[in-house]
Amino acid sequence: MTSDIAAILAIDGIATGAVYALVAIGTVLIFTVTRVIFIPFGDIAAFTALTLAALDAKRFPGTGALVVVLACLATLIEIISLIRNGDIRLLPRALLFYLAIPLAVVGIAWLAMRTDPPLAVRLVLALMLITPIAPLLDRIVFRPIADGTVLLLLTVSVALHFALVGLGLLFFGPEGVRTEPLTSFSTEFAGVLISGQTMLIVIAALVFSGLLYLFFDFTLVGKSLRATAVNRTGSRLMGIRPARAGTIAYLLGSLMAGVSGILIAPVNTVFYDSGFLIGLKAFVGAIVGGMTSYPGAAIGAVGVGILESFASFQSSALKDVIVFSLLIPILIWRSLASLHSEEEIEE
Amino acid sequence: MTRLHVQLAAIAALACLALAPVVLSPFSITLMNYIGIYSLVAIGLALLTGVGGIVSFGQAAFVGIAAYATAWVSALNGQSPWLGLLFGVVLTCGVAAVLGVVTLRLQGHFLSLSTVAWGLAIGFLFGNVDGLGRFNGISSIPPISLGSFALVSSAQIYYLIWGIVALVLLLGYNLLDSRLGRAMRALRGGNTLVESLGINAFRIKLVTFVIAAFLASLSGWLYAHMSRFISPGPFDASMGIEYLMMTMVGGAGSLLGGVVGAAIVTLLKNSVQDYLPLIAKGASGQLEIVAFSALFILFLQWARQGIVPSIARYLPKIRRERPQPAPPLPRRPQPTPGELLLKVDGAERRFGGLIAVNNVSFEVRSGEILAVIGPNGAGKSTMFNCLTGALRVSKGEIAFAGRSITRDPQSRIAKAGVARTFQHVKLRPRMSLLENVMLGTYSRTSSGLLAGAFRLNQREEASARHEALMQLERVGLGDKPFELAGNLPLGNQRILEIARALAADPALLVLDEPAAGLRRQEKVRLAELLRSLRADHLTILIVEHDMEFVMSLVDRIVVLDFGSKLCEGIPSAIRSDERVQEAYLGGVA
Repeated sequence: MTSDIAAILAIDGIATGAVYALVAIGTVLIFTVTRVIFIPFGDIAAFTALTLAALDAKRFPGTGALVVVLACLATLIEIISLIRNGDIRLLPRALLFYLAIPLAVVGIAWLAMRTDPPLAVRLVLALMLITPIAPLLDRIVFRPIADGTVLLLLTVSVALHFALVGLGLLFFGPEGVRTEPLTSFSTEFAGVLISGQTMLIVIAALVFSGLLYLFFDFTLVGKSLRATAVNRTGSRLMGIRPARAGTIAYLLGSLMAGVSGILIAPVNTVFYDSGFLIGLKAFVGAIVGGMTSYPGAAIGAVGVGILESFASFQSSALKDVIVFSLLIPILIWRSLASLHSEEEIEE
Repeated sequence: MTRLHVQLAAIAALACLALAPVVLSPFSITLMNYIGIYSLVAIGLALLTGVGGIVSFGQAAFVGIAAYATAWVSALNGQSPWLGLLFGVVLTCGVAAVLGVVTLRLQGHFLSLSTVAWGLAIGFLFGNVDGLGRFNGISSIPPISLGSFALVSSAQIYYLIWGIVALVLLLGYNLLDSRLGRAMRALRGGNTLVESLGINAFRIKLVTFVIAAFLASLSGWLYAHMSRFISPGPFDASMGIEYLMMTMVGGAGSLLGGVVGAAIVTLLKNSVQDYLPLIAKGASGQLEIVAFSALFILFLQWARQGIVPSIARYLPKIRRERPQPAPPLPRRPQPTPGELLLKVDGAERRFGGLIAVNNVSFEVRSGEILAVIGPNGAGKSTMFNCLTGALRVSKGEIAFAGRSITRDPQSRIAKAGVARTFQHVKLRPRMSLLENVMLGTYSRTSSGLLAGAFRLNQREEASARHEALMQLERVGLGDKPFELAGNLPLGNQRILEIARALAADPALLVLDEPAAGLRRQEKVRLAELLRSLRADHLTILIVEHDMEFVMSLVDRIVVLDFGSKLCEGIPSAIRSDERVQEAYLGGVA
């Protein structure tokens, strides 16, 4: 391997890693606020790419139908739970959040489609269509078992991923997509060609993690999310609703995943089931950060990207074997590094 | 319901299974074969997840290793499938042992995540290794032969599969009802209790992990020789999750649940495949996994316990007979009264900058009751944890019966004859009083895996059962030995912990705030019990908060304040000591 090749591989790896980093940050965000290890974020990223591709091809994406189905389900579940708890007066609010807003989003996207919008608008539409999915899934799937153990939530999360892959095939079909590059700019740095797309990916990763940092440190909502992450009961006593904090976390997380999906779509061909590996590798990055640290997750994810890039140069067939085998030493290191109070398992 | 009823039910079930090929169509028999093969994995997973508390997403990889191993031996190298079985089992258990040694020290969800990691890595390996047919798989695997009789048709291999399943269930239930099985069942709920009983938790986890892998390897062997063709698909990550699903649906804590779960998931999948095309034409492939995942999620939302435990609640309880007298378990040589038993010399424990225990020294002599008291934050619990090995001292020496235990792990200290109870009661609420106390006899008994599975341990078991009953009677809980520990009120749970500690035949009994949260009557009973134990020459160390309880009971008191020893003496002297009064009540202004 010459230094030229190494440099190319490194840059390639950093770009891939930056995409994983966005998803990893979303994963950490959700985990800290809700204790759910949300494996399906990779699917959200892949669905965004597929949505954007459909919009580019002037087709209305399957995401619309998916959101409508999920919104109806979530509303139904919310209404049933409101009736059970005798909280009928909250019904209008529930209808607004679980039915009206998601349907309005789909409606706007549908109307906007007819005007043949420019790329920037299509990007916004794709993100708009994708963001309601995770919060709705939260309401349908995770809210009823919010008090469960991390393991129960993880098991459900994995099952949810499989459901989403099936839905992805149903709503998007089996064809892979690759969208147009967002920019054709490229530059040479130290003798290595760097594409504008690569730079865009890295910049976007930096900007979004920076924004998240500002959000958490300087806004009240951000602080309430952090409080929920530290102690659910305590923050509830302070008037913070964990469910609401969860919804915000899911919205933010899916936004990050959506951006990563848009960024990866011009680089890799994305299929309905591409999300699993994106999600898992991002997740490996998140674990490097101990599932609690955003910079740690970002650094870990970039590390995974670089590792994958070099591994695929050595043996493209075995790159996934290498990446996941390396997770075990990382886990051991993390487990030793973090001080545990004994986690009592429910009997 | 008596034992006889259970045996009759098992025989009836076996008869139904034996007659099935006569009654059912060949297609149903094939389905039954798959259920049996999946059951083996699910039973192993029930043992691992439900009993041992280790959630594994990677069992499919073990099935795959064994299937590929036997395919390589029999199809590619022309050897007998029985050699393939041997090779597959040895290889799978070897891989599991290595993975287990590396990962089983991980905590909580880290451990489960590591199973995702190696499950995926091994899964990817099958399709990418030259010589294993890559994604095309390996075909023309020969059938299993018994002598010259080849098991070709599905009805022929059916008896082999279900014979193995029945045997595994029998041995599995035997195992769970043995010394090792009780240790496995105690794993769930944390290591501290397990270690404090002299059980090496890591070893038990490793054994459980390898047993689960062994069952998966049997399943892989049967699968390869039944379908006669293998490819990476059936051993990938999604199948690993499906196995977990089967276990959870059946009821993770129950071996029979593994079989029921495998049956339900397999039949459900089959009927989803049959009926979905009727509802949504052309979309069956996609909807299958969606419907299936949705059902699983619904199931976890509504019935986390699983089917078998939910049904078992409505069945009449099995009536058990009180344990019969049996030869006593061997006792350890007890120290002579008045001899130096425990010596703490200059113990210090730091947490970063905080010194929780600072240069504390004291001695415990055989036959006395010594109390370590002190106001909140005095360092009592830290001192206690250092004594029992849950924490290491940063400086200083601790010696028990003349031997240094400063660097020993908990289980070693426990084996040396220090038995403890917990401030926050640590019992296994789903085990009976008798079984909880029998856990205490672990270090006094010795029968292992095979003795447990094949019931070669009956003499020792009878002795351990009798010993446990005697200790229950000694503390006054002997009237309902088969009651579940979780049903006891707190006061009796504390007493039960003492019975469990006594069953270990300790030289020193260490009690962590035994009176905390007890009502007055319960405290009186507890004090009476402790006095009667002293009369039996047992040495007791109490860490306690409750002055009144301590003063009337103990021989000597050590007072801690802000991590340091304030003073030491007989209760009346401590009561009148001004420094103690100041520490507890605040100084006179």
